[in-house]
Amino acid sequence: MNTSFAIETVELNHRFGSQTVVKDLSLQVPKGSIYGFLGPNGAGKTTTIKILLNLLQSSSDTVFIFGKELNSNRTACLKQMGSLVEQPAIYAHLTGKENLINRCILLGIDKRKATEMLTLVGLSNAANKKAGKYSLGMKQRLGIALALIADPELLLLDEPTNGLDPNGIIEIRNLMIELAGKHGKTILVSSHLLAEIERIATHVGIINKGELLFQGKINELHDLSKPVIKIEVDDSAAALNILGTTGAEIIDMDEGLVKIAYTGKAEMGKYNSLLVNNGVTVYAIHTEKKDLEHLFLDITSKN
Amino acid sequence: MRSFYISFVSEFYKSRKTLAFWAAIVLPLIICGLIALGYYSNSARVLKYNYPGMMLWFQYSSAALGVMGMLILPFYVMFMAFSVNNIEHKNDTWKTLFSQPLNKFSIYTAKYVYAVALLFICIFLFALLTYSTGYLLQMLVPKFTFNDYNPATILSKLYGKLFLASLGILSVQFILSLIWSDFLKPMGIGFIGTIMGMITASVGWKYAYLIPYSDPTLALRSSTSPKNATPESFTIFTQEVWVSIAYGVVLFVVGYFILTKRNIK
Repeated sequence: MNTSFAIETVELNHRFGSQTVVKDLSLQVPKGSIYGFLGPNGAGKTTTIKILLNLLQSSSDTVFIFGKELNSNRTACLKQMGSLVEQPAIYAHLTGKENLINRCILLGIDKRKATEMLTLVGLSNAANKKAGKYSLGMKQRLGIALALIADPELLLLDEPTNGLDPNGIIEIRNLMIELAGKHGKTILVSSHLLAEIERIATHVGIINKGELLFQGKINELHDLSKPVIKIEVDDSAAALNILGTTGAEIIDMDEGLVKIAYTGKAEMGKYNSLLVNNGVTVYAIHTEKKDLEHLFLDITSKN
Repeated sequence: MRSFYISFVSEFYKSRKTLAFWAAIVLPLIICGLIALGYYSNSARVLKYNYPGMMLWFQYSSAALGVMGMLILPFYVMFMAFSVNNIEHKNDTWKTLFSQPLNKFSIYTAKYVYAVALLFICIFLFALLTYSTGYLLQMLVPKFTFNDYNPATILSKLYGKLFLASLGILSVQFILSLIWSDFLKPMGIGFIGTIMGMITASVGWKYAYLIPYSDPTLALRSSTSPKNATPESFTIFTQEVWVSIAYGVVLFVVGYFILTKRNIK
């Protein structure tokens, strides 16, 4: 398997009863990337993350973590992973610090790490408060501390900014950038909000109804949203012929509508006069740029 | 092995502030304390019977053993098996527990062994406290005849037998609480089982020993020695004790398979 990927799945499928929740999913998460795993609610993000953690069964040779097959190297794979899945799983009767110490026991690491983590996520003042009494945001921070405590190479964070206030969101975002940038960690972060991922992700995977609809670098996603010129005309076939001679890149055409790639204002004016001079009536001509949010909606509404 | 050890330590760390853990200690303290208090405050009445040492020990220890074997033990086991698993159900922590780099068998075994250890602590304390409060009573009321007989052997054998005879119930309840996260199902089944066990054991049904819930009662009943033999010479490994151990072993394995085949939601 390709070892430049931290996570690689090969046509991964998962069913709950008769319902297929993950369909032929081939994720490729490069090492050192922040991979934004996007999709609307119920798209299969959490299920995929649970499969990556071997919490849900997967067939052999479909999931590879740092090049190792998951089912046959479960412990070795999990050793390299830290995770936060859905709402953080915290023992409510223990304090925040005790939750972290318990994790230290399970991982066989120094218990002093617990205090360090509390400082990192800004929970030092609430260290001795029962975790059950934490606010949602505090629980989320504790969950992130639990995921980070073993200093794993790969972090799987399922909607980590859920329930955080704007300040908290910025802190977690900066933490992720620092972890990937300075410490070379790979982070897979799921979200249903593109705007949140757009600022930090280097790579993006968009999933809907269990199918991966887009996967690539964030700029490739931006490229998909290049501006176009929309021209409304009386005779689109004639317009197409005329524009064809200029070498304009035709993107789409419909009855009374032609879409071509936007290359600059001057060209846009040129196309306009060319059409008018050749007897095509132009009702309207304007540029259109899809923002990523619309692009995301477009992509996810296609299947 | 290391996986098992750290999982076991973590089980203790997690549950040391829960009722299940403290009940293992407080339950014997309260029951033995109350019985001792009763003997102390009613010492005049007890002394009237002029029991010889062995008989006095028999009367004294059967007060605890009687309630223990019949009622408290099954209910404690049910509650404890529930609690050891419920700590994960309640906090939705199965997923984190099984996403740690520890093999599943160690995590499961540590949980099961921890439940067995709690049961052992509880029963051990019952034996220890019965023994020590007897001698304490002797010091407080010198006319008692506790000094005339040393019950160490018979008490350890009896409670040891009771412990082995409870493994069946523990395993059934452990699996029930592993599968179901709610309180009512394992408790309901356990309650019905205990009543069934009590009835079948007391009417002397031929196959009562096959019901794990009747094994502790049957085990205590079968702890009589043959004539002309010392009271300590009864057999520990009687039919119902073997059945209980067999339930323990089989259900332990079954529980592991249930867990590995199950997707963790």
